[in-house]
Amino acid sequence: MAWETVIGLEIHAQLATRSKIFSGASTAYGAAPNTQACAVDLALPGVLPVLNREAVRMAVKFGLALDADIPQRSVFARKNYFYPDLPQGYQISQFDQPIVARGHLDITLENGETRQIGVTRAHLEQDAGKSLHEDFHGLTGIDLNRAGTPLLEIVSEPELRSAKEAVAYMKKMHALVQYLEICDGNMAEGSFRCDANVSVRPVGQVEFGTRAEIKNLNSFRFIERAINYEVERQIDLIEAGGEVVQETRLYDPDKGETRSMRSKEEANDYRYFPCPDLLPVEISTALLDEVRQTLPELPDEKKQRFMAEFSLSEKDATELSANREIAEYFEVVAQGCGEAKMAANWVMGELSAHLNKADIPIAECPVSAKTLTVLIQRITDKTISGKIAKDVFVELWSGESDVDAIIDSKGLKQITDSSAIEAMIAEVLENNPSQVEQFRAGKEKLMGFFVGQVMKASKGKANPGQVNEILRRLLNS
Amino acid sequence: MSLTAEEVRKIAHLARLSIQEEKVQTYADNLSGILDLVAQMETVNTDDVAPMAHPQEVTQRLREDVVTETSQREKFQQIAPATEAGLYLVPKVIE
Repeated sequence: MAWETVIGLEIHAQLATRSKIFSGASTAYGAAPNTQACAVDLALPGVLPVLNREAVRMAVKFGLALDADIPQRSVFARKNYFYPDLPQGYQISQFDQPIVARGHLDITLENGETRQIGVTRAHLEQDAGKSLHEDFHGLTGIDLNRAGTPLLEIVSEPELRSAKEAVAYMKKMHALVQYLEICDGNMAEGSFRCDANVSVRPVGQVEFGTRAEIKNLNSFRFIERAINYEVERQIDLIEAGGEVVQETRLYDPDKGETRSMRSKEEANDYRYFPCPDLLPVEISTALLDEVRQTLPELPDEKKQRFMAEFSLSEKDATELSANREIAEYFEVVAQGCGEAKMAANWVMGELSAHLNKADIPIAECPVSAKTLTVLIQRITDKTISGKIAKDVFVELWSGESDVDAIIDSKGLKQITDSSAIEAMIAEVLENNPSQVEQFRAGKEKLMGFFVGQVMKASKGKANPGQVNEILRRLLNS
Repeated sequence: MSLTAEEVRKIAHLARLSIQEEKVQTYADNLSGILDLVAQMETVNTDDVAPMAHPQEVTQRLREDVVTETSQREKFQQIAPATEAGLYLVPKVIE
């Protein structure tokens, strides 16, 4: 039987506010345990939550970027459950009146096709603390620094049809929240994570199958693997005559499998009700207009502009616009050197390779956009060849900053003197008489051999265009 | 509307309340009385009434995003039953 996969994602994005959603404690990552957990976060008797204006603005900004409905009124609700990392005994969240209602996001698939994915809603809520299960004499340690950090939970429609689509959606959302500067996107620190609701159904069936929820996926690779594993598991189960149970599962990256978290008997009985400590939030037209003014150029808009302004292919434009800082870096280089395609190749090639290898973001890149611009200019004005430029780039990466100084001190200047090149070529031809004969007899592909020999003789400094031209002239004479 | 003894035990468990078995029926009767009152209220026609999340016609005031709290961990932890390395210690909860 042919099966169809149905996936819905719930993404939790930590909002990049300075203080918590309902208290004045800091949200900075990495502080000593419980030094950023104030009386409100600890839910001491008598405390009251006061809503952070910036968290509201960020949620609204997100809603505007998704072209979503943003209702005039939004209500906070209590989601009741007991767990030690949640001292209140309930999470302040939103239920039937979220701050952001229906919106949508376009994703681009590997085959270049675009799909629009519905976003059901996005609501504000508070994050819980952290439980440390290392052994404290048989006890569990609780750090409440994260408790009360603002979260935006973004819920998609069950419209994703494969693990790859889920990853594409997640990546797009990841880029978007960083473009909007509402979330730092740091997945390793848990600032951006997701739960995946996965089910399968026979192709053609309208009703959904029973779903399992995979919790806390915090890398793109894990999401893809966890979903693929879960889909296989459900299909195998059903084909063997079994039934999928609605439950919460955990992905184990070491074993590459999902396993059931012992399902609680009273699972999901959260008894939501409006939080009596908080009044309804009013989103005025004035606020919407004000926030709309702060919207940056979004990834899709940037992509379109890159294609129009720099004549980039859709593939290049998509890749370059995926990360705001990389896009901005590229744009400085492209405008500076006037060779957009070369700028794109350098940013996606050498630069990205070095960044990946060093595992650092572009913000920490040792080669500035201005420096790369000069380097590319030295290729276009024929001072150095593209190949030599890569060597110069390595020098720049390791701390040198003056392109021209490197070229001078290392004697890398390209040889463009035709007579010098001609002399080198003549020597190569003289030393390889049999290849010359073969070439003249029609073995055209030996051209590469000759070019290689000449470049070697010039230590890579001969201008490749001139080498080709003169070679052809001499060989064909 | 009448609440069963089983439902009372479930509600008590969800709220982590320990109740005496011999009082379960009393609670069931009392809670059912409240639900009956709600049922009675539900017979009122509210077609033209907007749902209310709060009794006052006011909206939430917002605070500026500023860090105003400094660490008072030592004070808070003095009243905690057990702490270590800055952490609050609780009975093991992992499943």
